[in-house]
Amino acid sequence: MGDELLKVTDLQVGFSTEGGLARVLDHVNFSIDTGEIVGLVGESGCGKTTLARSILGVLPKNSARIGSGEIRFQGRNLLAEDEATLATEVRGRQITFVPQDPFSSFNPVFTIGAQIEELMKWKSPAIEAGARVGRYSRTRRKEDRERVMELLRTVQLPDPAAILAKYPHEVSGGQRQRLMIAMALLPEPRLIIADEPTTALDVTIQAQILKLLRRLATDLGVSVLFTTHDLGTAYEICDRITVMYAGQEVESAPSDEFFAAPAHPYTVRLLQSLPSRDRGITGIPGSIPGLIAPPPGCRFHPRCDLATAECSATRPGITEVGANHLVRCYHPETTTEAAP
Amino acid sequence: MTDLLRLEGLKKYFPILNAWKRRTGWLRALDDVSLTVERGEILGVVGESGCGKSTLGKTVMGIHPPTGGRIIFEGNDITDLKPHESRELRRDLQYTYQDPGASLDPRWKIGRSLDEPLVIHTDLNRAARKERVREILAAVGLPEGHLDLYPHEISGGQQRRVGLARILTLQPSLVVLDEPTSGLDVSVQATILNLFLDLQKQFDLTYVFISHDLSVVRMICDRVAVMYLGKVVELGETEAVFSSPRHPYTRSLLSAIPMIGERRITEDFWLEGEPPDPGNLPSGCRFRTRCPLAEAQCAEVSPPLVDHGSGHADACLLSERAG
Repeated sequence: MGDELLKVTDLQVGFSTEGGLARVLDHVNFSIDTGEIVGLVGESGCGKTTLARSILGVLPKNSARIGSGEIRFQGRNLLAEDEATLATEVRGRQITFVPQDPFSSFNPVFTIGAQIEELMKWKSPAIEAGARVGRYSRTRRKEDRERVMELLRTVQLPDPAAILAKYPHEVSGGQRQRLMIAMALLPEPRLIIADEPTTALDVTIQAQILKLLRRLATDLGVSVLFTTHDLGTAYEICDRITVMYAGQEVESAPSDEFFAAPAHPYTVRLLQSLPSRDRGITGIPGSIPGLIAPPPGCRFHPRCDLATAECSATRPGITEVGANHLVRCYHPETTTEAAP
Repeated sequence: MTDLLRLEGLKKYFPILNAWKRRTGWLRALDDVSLTVERGEILGVVGESGCGKSTLGKTVMGIHPPTGGRIIFEGNDITDLKPHESRELRRDLQYTYQDPGASLDPRWKIGRSLDEPLVIHTDLNRAARKERVREILAAVGLPEGHLDLYPHEISGGQQRRVGLARILTLQPSLVVLDEPTSGLDVSVQATILNLFLDLQKQFDLTYVFISHDLSVVRMICDRVAVMYLGKVVELGETEAVFSSPRHPYTRSLLSAIPMIGERRITEDFWLEGEPPDPGNLPSGCRFRTRCPLAEAQCAEVSPPLVDHGSGHADACLLSERAG
């Protein structure tokens, strides 16, 4: 694997609510190498969006409480940097974002072209480091325009010039998501955070978008953090998969090994919940714990068949069960069960 | 088996209005749909968003008056019923909305929401109604304490159970489930699907299962109808449709499902483009603009749904050759 682009160590994030502090991320460790597509998989409420947002630095200021930990991106700790530096140098330049719902991310009263131009005014790769942005010079505007047209063709949008003159409601959902991917790529970032980018799309469109994202990431050497609740889409494009449960990361493994030999009991149960003809339908009994007073130790232990006393006492450390295959469990399933 | 529900050439057109409310065209949400639902089966209706699958469910229910065609339920024509006649019918024919949270009154406790259908449709007294509500609540696997909770206090999976309980209190014969698992996590989805199957046996139900999730449909449906832009393009036994799809659209739809452990779709997915604007459809076969096999004749004739034996029908002029 290449060198490490992003490393999250022991990150602890909570939200203050009326009922007390909700511990949404509990000492999470996570990393992405250069050029790698990492899937962050988990059910709703497991903290995957919160993790994505803390990397991006856009947690709600009033309620979010970052307890401990650090987020190292290209060697610098993003949590220690001041807001102005993050806004000009990192967010939107080095790390960009593809949202779940492309419709609500466009402003409905401006044309798509105007919005992309606004993006390029502030975030264009042509801006030199440290330069003050305020005037959008004609030469740079012209350069950027060419860059935009080229990228719109790369994401396979028909007739890019016509699309730029349209308003967001005039293009279809699949095209809007292509535009979002194009906008995420325009600043030539090192890392794209794609937060459930295909959830709102139909399967045939989803297949096209995944194919596009995979190809662009490989061609341009961009790393992608791909959050999803759908293991199927994760299988399609990810090099490595990290699973989260109730604010704790439980397992991380290269894609092939992840599906062939899952080690954490939660991962095993999650894979078994997928509809499949030869196995019938099995769910996971119980429900996700509340995050205000989560179970101590491993948060999965109340629903786990293998749980023992030590599981509820302290959270298991990281064990390496295979090459690059990390699991946080006292009783990892070593018997290789047949994956679906 | 007997036909519980039969649709004959069902049509539902919505007018497309311009800014001055003048009609500029028709949106053909359902165009000449004919199919039957047999007693005791689960019929899946699949397709992408905008293909008319929800309109199909709502038209059957009488929420949308049909533009043409006939709906025959238990041998009676229910296409143009007067309101008081259709009220009788609602007991036997029920519909679950996509979002159960939105269809429950946020100011009513669950108990009151479950009681209401019984007040409207039956002459039971208070004690008998309470008894019935309790039975149903146990059947859908919710604790009795939930009767005193408000909808926002329970989880999405539980809201779905309540939505289902609300329908079952009247003991219908046909239930239209509109996207019953969308928005649920896989582990919850699995328990809800098991519940559907258990209840079907327990209450002798027939389902029309509308979904975009093909892997779920494959799991639980007996027969499946694939829709594309208001038309049924393929209809048959679930296994037959999934293992040997005939219509090129069905084939592309199936190849788009991510299958863990198999070939990745990012490597060989071939369908390009997006569905055309439903207000401005191509002539002939509606899929021809995206179809890799399309020929000149596809632009001229709109292919009818033809049964090639064994109950597996498709609407493609070239299916013989391609299949």
